[in-house]
Amino acid sequence: MNIDSIQNGVVLDHIQAGKSMDIYKYLHLDELDCQVAIIKNARSEHMGRKDIIKIDYPLDLDLDVLGYIDSNITVNIIRDGKRVEKKHLELPHKLVNVIHCKNPRCITVSESQLDAIFLLSDPAKHTYRCAYCETAIDKKF
Amino acid sequence: MPRNLIDIVDLSVEEINELIATAEDIIANPAKYQDACAHKQLATLFFEPSTRTRLSFESAMLGLGGSVLGFSSASSSSTAKGETVGDTIHTVSCYADIIAMRHPKEGAPLAAAQVADVPIINAGDGGHNHPTQTLTDLLTIHREKGRLDNFTIGFCGDLKFGRTVHSLVNALSRYSNINFVLISPLELKLPRYVKEEALKKKGIPYTQTTDLESVIPQLDILYMTRVQKERFFNEEDYLRLKDSYVLTPEKLVNAKSDLSILHPLPRVNEISVAVDKDPRAAYWRQVKNGKFIRMALIMKLLGIEV
Repeated sequence: MNIDSIQNGVVLDHIQAGKSMDIYKYLHLDELDCQVAIIKNARSEHMGRKDIIKIDYPLDLDLDVLGYIDSNITVNIIRDGKRVEKKHLELPHKLVNVIHCKNPRCITVSESQLDAIFLLSDPAKHTYRCAYCETAIDKKF
Repeated sequence: MPRNLIDIVDLSVEEINELIATAEDIIANPAKYQDACAHKQLATLFFEPSTRTRLSFESAMLGLGGSVLGFSSASSSSTAKGETVGDTIHTVSCYADIIAMRHPKEGAPLAAAQVADVPIINAGDGGHNHPTQTLTDLLTIHREKGRLDNFTIGFCGDLKFGRTVHSLVNALSRYSNINFVLISPLELKLPRYVKEEALKKKGIPYTQTTDLESVIPQLDILYMTRVQKERFFNEEDYLRLKDSYVLTPEKLVNAKSDLSILHPLPRVNEISVAVDKDPRAAYWRQVKNGKFIRMALIMKLLGIEV
């Protein structure tokens, strides 16, 4: 299967197989005018199978969001057809307005203008807690 | 940035020990502190009803020679018109030097601290935290036992929604050789995250039981709590659980002679009034201690030394 190389843009590699559409939606890639290629179930030496997303636009990605979704993803920055940077992600310590608290007693539920702030409380279990009420939230992905 | 007290862990163990020492000195020498906060104003913003906490804050500030303004229910503030916590705090910051606030929503004091340019004291946020009650409890334990380490403490009643329990467990987990006994109905057990963060991660021993009488002989301190009607969405659950534990003189027969019985109050049925006469009942002394530790806290957050 041939997919054109991109000239200036971003390649998200090592996405867990089957999760590319979730990331497509989470990053609102449907709102872009440029070419976006989603490759599902590509062969991978390390992962067996993986998904890849190629975005033919120098998009400024929120790496905290991406790190929260899947910290194993690698982000390749492409300029003039060549990879100029490869970024490895980590679980962000703090998330602002990425996820929202579900606790009906939390102040952020009744006052939605407040920033929804979550702090990483257990990196091993990928657990985040609301900075306001300490309610834990299950990772979406 | 002003110094706030949102969660008891905002204070180091050293700072807590300093506050207790200051409170002890205030008790011994009240006249020395009577003008410590002259010309300073405390705003007490109570979006939820309270007797002890609000009055003890006000009494504390008056005892320091300061003055007090505020409101005692959300209906008598602009919250009733839809004003946000942030806007209310912005406004009050223009009038007061320090703010003590109680709010039914969890995390409201943190939202307040994000916009305030005066110190914010969390006087209770829903079922979440109540750090000045914890300071009161710590001062009471210190005065009753002469120490804050090496004892067995039983928490009894509503450990799920009981914010005073969460804060006190957190605070005591930083002192050494404390054995925790958690006594509650299965539906009102201490939340998993409190056990994980405060006890399990630090390797602190604890036991859980539904039976108060079987564990009462081993306790040095018994911390009773009320099953709080306002925390239940379902009245049926409240009615079923509200009288799970009632402490009576008969149940204290096998307790240690130097047991200290604490309760954050108000009580409903969980401690029989007959227990009040028992010298081991420390909860009225605890109420009094609340004023003195708040005096020490107000001075600390305002940066006032005597």
